[in-house]
Amino acid sequence: MPPPPYASPTEKTWHYAYRVICAAIFVFLIGPIFVIVPLSFNELPYFTFTPEMLSLDPAGYSTKWYREFFTEDSWQQAVQNSLVIAVFATLISTFLGTLAALGLSRSEMPFKTGIMALLISPMIVPLIISATGMYFFYSRIGISSTHLGVIVAHAALGTPFVLITVTATLVGFDRSLTRAAASLGASPVQTFFRVTMPLILPGVVSGALFAFITSFDEVVVVLFVGSVEQRTIPWKMFSGIREEIRPTILAVATLLVGVSILLLTTLELLRRRGERLRGIAPR
Amino acid sequence: MKHAFRPLAAAAALALAAGGAHAQNLTIVSWGGAYTASQQQAYHDPYMAANPGVKIISDDSASEGLAKLRAQVESGTVTWDVVDMVAADAIVACDEGLLETVEPDSWLAAAPDGTPASKDFIAGTLTIGGTNCFIPQIVYSTTFGYRTDAFKGRQPSTIADVFDLKTFPGKRALEKKPIANLEWALIADGVPGKDVYKVLATPEGVTRAFAKLDTIKDQVVWWTKGAQPPQLLADGEVVIASAYNGRLFSAIVEKKQPIAMLWDWQAFDLDGWVVPRGAKKLPAIRKYLRFATDTQRLADQAKYISYGPARNSSIPLVGKHAKLGIDMKPHMPTNPKNAKTILLFDYVWWADHRAELDERFNAWLAK
Amino acid sequence: MSTTTDRVMRTADGLPLKLSLQKALARSRLRAALLVLPLLGFLVVAFLLPIGDMLFRSVDNRIVGSILPRTALAIQGWDADGTELPGEAVFEALVRDMQAAAKERTLGRAARRLNYEKPGMSSLFRKSGRRAKRITGPSWRDRLIGIDKRWADINVWRLIHRESGALTGSYFLSAVDLSLNDRAELVRQPEPRRIYLTLFGRTVWMSGLITVLCLLLAYPVAYLLATQPLRVSNLLMILVLLPFWTSLLVRTTSWIALLQTEGVLNDLLVFAGLISEDGRLQMIHNKFGTFVAMVHILLPFMILPLYSVMKTIPPSLMRAARSLGATPFTAFVRVYMPNTVSGVGAGCIMVFILSIGYYITPALVGGRTGTFISNFIAIHVSETLNWGLAAALGVLLLGLVLALYLLYDRIVGIDNMKLG
Repeated sequence: MPPPPYASPTEKTWHYAYRVICAAIFVFLIGPIFVIVPLSFNELPYFTFTPEMLSLDPAGYSTKWYREFFTEDSWQQAVQNSLVIAVFATLISTFLGTLAALGLSRSEMPFKTGIMALLISPMIVPLIISATGMYFFYSRIGISSTHLGVIVAHAALGTPFVLITVTATLVGFDRSLTRAAASLGASPVQTFFRVTMPLILPGVVSGALFAFITSFDEVVVVLFVGSVEQRTIPWKMFSGIREEIRPTILAVATLLVGVSILLLTTLELLRRRGERLRGIAPR
Repeated sequence: MKHAFRPLAAAAALALAAGGAHAQNLTIVSWGGAYTASQQQAYHDPYMAANPGVKIISDDSASEGLAKLRAQVESGTVTWDVVDMVAADAIVACDEGLLETVEPDSWLAAAPDGTPASKDFIAGTLTIGGTNCFIPQIVYSTTFGYRTDAFKGRQPSTIADVFDLKTFPGKRALEKKPIANLEWALIADGVPGKDVYKVLATPEGVTRAFAKLDTIKDQVVWWTKGAQPPQLLADGEVVIASAYNGRLFSAIVEKKQPIAMLWDWQAFDLDGWVVPRGAKKLPAIRKYLRFATDTQRLADQAKYISYGPARNSSIPLVGKHAKLGIDMKPHMPTNPKNAKTILLFDYVWWADHRAELDERFNAWLAK
Repeated sequence: MSTTTDRVMRTADGLPLKLSLQKALARSRLRAALLVLPLLGFLVVAFLLPIGDMLFRSVDNRIVGSILPRTALAIQGWDADGTELPGEAVFEALVRDMQAAAKERTLGRAARRLNYEKPGMSSLFRKSGRRAKRITGPSWRDRLIGIDKRWADINVWRLIHRESGALTGSYFLSAVDLSLNDRAELVRQPEPRRIYLTLFGRTVWMSGLITVLCLLLAYPVAYLLATQPLRVSNLLMILVLLPFWTSLLVRTTSWIALLQTEGVLNDLLVFAGLISEDGRLQMIHNKFGTFVAMVHILLPFMILPLYSVMKTIPPSLMRAARSLGATPFTAFVRVYMPNTVSGVGAGCIMVFILSIGYYITPALVGGRTGTFISNFIAIHVSETLNWGLAAALGVLLLGLVLALYLLYDRIVGIDNMKLG
């Protein structure tokens, strides 16, 4: 967008300078994420561009780090663990979070603010405190070093996200719709699944995605609560960075960027659908 | 409402299936990398071949071993079966009642010539620090390696050279712990090896050790896991690094990196097995340990990594490297050529001062 | 039954309307509460109890009293401020306790606890515990002192006296670089051991600077997003949301690849001739690394609330200011910026809260000087095993975070929190 024709020279300079500054910030935001993509195809075990790579010599490139990722047992185990833990944690937090959001959105709910503050606290409390607390307590109740323990911990960390997104969709929710359904003879359960659910669904799904990524990405709690049988992708990456840093990590990172692009797209589509459904047309 | 709980139940069922109690699984905690690999080849694989019902799961979290062990034992939910520990940690853990006590002659196999285990293990190692929970496997040392292409002319050969940035400029890597580093600092500062703990026992001695470390502080990369220092040397990130001698061996001999050993004042230590108190599968654990610590198995481990076996009867059996076929004896820390000057830890002194010096060391680091 | 004098309005089934409404309200309250209850219950068990359990360790001191119960009881009667050693009964109690604890193999735990306060207690107990088996009365005191003459040191007994209660404040004292000396007077830790105040200070100032840097970078971007046509801003928004959705470890890994001495940026600088091969810059494993990586990771948390506030500011506002004679700069500073204060507040507090509790990124790129208080909590939990001190540091950190959380609630309102 060019500056308006009446702009003074200073304004014009500033206009373009501003755009350059913004572009630089966008590069800062996005550049590092994409730098690792070519690096993950490095033939040599370095974290930088080799001369062969820069001269676009095919011999400088290789997919061996991807092969390593797909063939090595411990990585495959980590993928499986990450998925199992994230899926079950997401189910728990979505279910509990949605219910609670429905309750909290009712005007009759007592101690609303206080309870909301409490329920959102897993998002606020520093992870190291949550993780060490869970480490001691879960050992005591016998679920540390089990999948169940990590799932429970991740579900707890994921619920605030579901709560927030579902609450947000309920803000624009017209309560007369459920009353109408009830007056037409629908049972509360029918009302929920036929009327409420379709309307809050975008919020539920985006909350679920947040919960999923929270678990899928989480490492501190897994490090403390989990043991070797629960090692997830982030765990492997964390210990890889700390111990033997290999380009396999870059290959995994590249694949994870793909996953986040996928999630982001889904979320964006959902958001648009939600806006359409609730009649908030994009301006 | 009924079906809503299905995911929970499924999660629970799945968690049980995936992480829970298979009677045949043994979780063995060790240090990862080349070291776990040597145990895998010398102990685990042959054991699993002979006992098809048993599956050994390697957990590489031995560096947090003491912490996790204490959490497990205190809460009464022990999930580990066998843990690889260094002697100093084993002494602490045994003193705190976190470990099963070991009766050597009923737990461990006798030597082929019939010498009972209590006589066959190197004298004093089964009762290190006055405890009776520790089954030693290896004698290892923390020593130095340096890059052979880093210095022209004279190469570093003494502990004083490690602290000499003028003659041997470049980054160092040291373990992020006060133990060994303080002793080395004093020796490099001119304290005779035999007086190290006498000097360290005085506040001035501690200050002197830290002052010596201060002279290289800006040039030090601190490592926490055994795999790091050889990697740092190989990548050229540092020119001199303290490391476990076996890790250096595999970098030098197996991976052919331009690295050489600096054995001066290598710090001898013992590493071995302990069993968490309240471990649920004690018979299976004892069966495994009896196998894994017999004369032949301990000698076998030395085929894969250059650590000295802790049984006298194993020492003559140490032979050639499994793949390279080279003689392993010259690479052992106990070889007289390498062991001209050795540092023997005073474990009891460290038990008293570890908490205090850890604090001071961490404070010193963060400043 | 209603009478003519009864003016109360009633429902069809004859209940007073007020009562009926109250009942209905109570019912729907209950219904709402029932919806919230499962999550509340779940979080209590999965989250709040663990945190409470952890925090209690900061004052929990039952270990000495439970392992040395007779001594803890007997020593109560002793005058710790006096100059006399405790009486024969206390020595006897200790010997009997040590004999019992040696059998249970728990003496080491009490020794470890006392050793935090006074180095040397560990070996004293080890040595005495092993030999106490053979001690019998009557001259308990002489026998024990015969084993180790440190038992004649009154300060050892003062320490046992002080730490035999069920609660202790000594972890909190350590957490602020204080301690009690032998005479139970409050003193500062010796200089080489002072660290936590520095560390809290560093955590706060580095987080503050990270917040300011985030604000400086986020403001222009959010403004751009808010003023562009929707089609463009949606596209640009993706550039903000993608990092937000990308794994923390991926982003940290990227910065390691970029910043390390043999990494991409150093290579570029060497290639461009700006630095020499030997003069490669140390940009990671120090404060710089922490700053760069943390600003990158937290930037979206600043952009998003700013954007949502700026979106609501009508463009006509600026035009009005201009038409009233303000220069673009004045219009922006005097009219536009005051309207964004709530977004700035929300973003800053959020970023600051997240920053002071950060663990992973400082642990991986912070090296020796770029680490936060969280990293020390982790060290005490898994390396030095001083769980009481870890808990005390945790309480202080949590207190700070909760104070900020309340502030956030005041300024933004927790119900107004939005994501992405």
